Amino acid sequence: MNAKISFQGVSKSFPLKSGDFLALDRVDLDIADREFVTVVGPSGCGKSTLMSMAAGLEEPGTGQILLDGAPVSGPGPDRGVIFQQYALFPWLSVRKNVEFGLRLQPISAEERRRRAQHAIDLVGLTDFADALPKTLSGGMKQRCAIARAYAVGPQVLLMDEPFGALDALTRVQLQDQLLDTWSRERRTVMFITHDVDEAVYLANRVVVMAARPGRVHRVIEVDLPYPRTEEVRLSPEFARIRNEVWHSVYHQAPAA
Amino acid sequence: MTAAIMSEPPAAPRRRARPGRTLVLNVTAVIAGLAVWTGLSVSGIQGLTGPIEVVGRAAELVADGTLPTDILASLRRVFTGFVLGTALAVPVGFLMGWYATARALIEPYVQFFRTIPPLAIIPLAILLMGIGETPKVFVIFLAAFLSSVVSTFQGVLDVDRTLINAARVLGASDRTIFLKVVVPASTPFIIVGMRIGLGAAWGTLVAAELIAAQEGLGYRMQQAQLYYDLPTIFVGLISIGVLGLAMDRLLLLAERRLTGWQERR
Repeated sequence: MNAKISFQGVSKSFPLKSGDFLALDRVDLDIADREFVTVVGPSGCGKSTLMSMAAGLEEPGTGQILLDGAPVSGPGPDRGVIFQQYALFPWLSVRKNVEFGLRLQPISAEERRRRAQHAIDLVGLTDFADALPKTLSGGMKQRCAIARAYAVGPQVLLMDEPFGALDALTRVQLQDQLLDTWSRERRTVMFITHDVDEAVYLANRVVVMAARPGRVHRVIEVDLPYPRTEEVRLSPEFARIRNEVWHSVYHQAPAA
Repeated sequence: MTAAIMSEPPAAPRRRARPGRTLVLNVTAVIAGLAVWTGLSVSGIQGLTGPIEVVGRAAELVADGTLPTDILASLRRVFTGFVLGTALAVPVGFLMGWYATARALIEPYVQFFRTIPPLAIIPLAILLMGIGETPKVFVIFLAAFLSSVVSTFQGVLDVDRTLINAARVLGASDRTIFLKVVVPASTPFIIVGMRIGLGAAWGTLVAAELIAAQEGLGYRMQQAQLYYDLPTIFVGLISIGVLGLAMDRLLLLAERRLTGWQERR
């Protein structure tokens, strides 16, 4: 497989008083170009750590992470990151937030405005472009964060439980909107979640992780057509895959 | 007024005070305070002057130019000390918040000098700097600096890590992160620090003017004390209070303008 991101024997441990805690144990995972992969697992399985390392915010203990075959070193605009806490700059309007990353690139002011507007339109925040984050709902904040990540044109989107803080209804709406955005401008997506439904609904493949030590437990193909609709969500095929994922998340054999 | 209050919707009347009503209550409280003061001066306490006498003395002091000169002299000292103090506190606070090495080097001094009341520095300041403007301004400067540096440095420390990470993953350099994330994110703390610093500067003024001053509100009150001149002391006290309040309100206004983006919880 021609991998966009490749985790090769990635381990990570954190020092604790009682000795080192092995957060991730020799994780191997390839994510193909333009693939949508969700990572689901119990808390403490190291899924967020895995994403942080792909983002370049943390370094692997051993092993390596390759992006297009080259080792990742530090964060960069080729990988957009979306955090659960939105992480919008509260003193900037939606537009200025979206322009933040663009200002760091050698492009003209006109090009910057055009790309920011495009990203804002893409997530449906056109009417709120000049609003401050404090006036937005949680869902709108996260859409703004998605626009900010999209605007700089990353090839990879790393999303760390982005909808975790939202109510169930908003969450479903944002899932549909994310898929809509993704199908129009496809990127490689690595999406961390603890919600089994969400994991299955969004993904080409679901990576189920296990804890203590954090490792890849199973990888489950989601053989459902895009665009995913309510019909897909309520289909027996969806239910079957969902059950499979559910069982591998909640009924894991304890580590040997 | 009653009609206006009645026309408000009855729901949740206690949580948020109506601005008009608050103002009426504020004014009422001030008038009541003045009435109590008048009552006390008329009926009882020996030698206590009433508001009318004080207003009369204030008018005299304004007419002969004493009060404006004193106010100007005091304001000049407070402003010089405050501006120098905060101008140094902000960069030092940033340095301490951003670089662990700087913090480890500077913090012992800040914490140590913070425990010494600025007034206790006065004897030393007189011996080292003489009796001119320098020791007065220095003491005020020290008070303003020490109280605002801690707040700035705490503000930098408290900047949300996710915001810094969000900027990093967008490709921001350390310099950009500092200027575009850390500085704006810590602005609320800096302004709070400035307000505390201003309070400290103002609070040190009178004592600083003990040092052989020739003019100033504090000096005038010292003189008045020698001559048992209570009205002048009251004029001095009230001037200090009003000016302090006005400056604090100005900073509060600046705070609202600069940090209106904050989510109030």
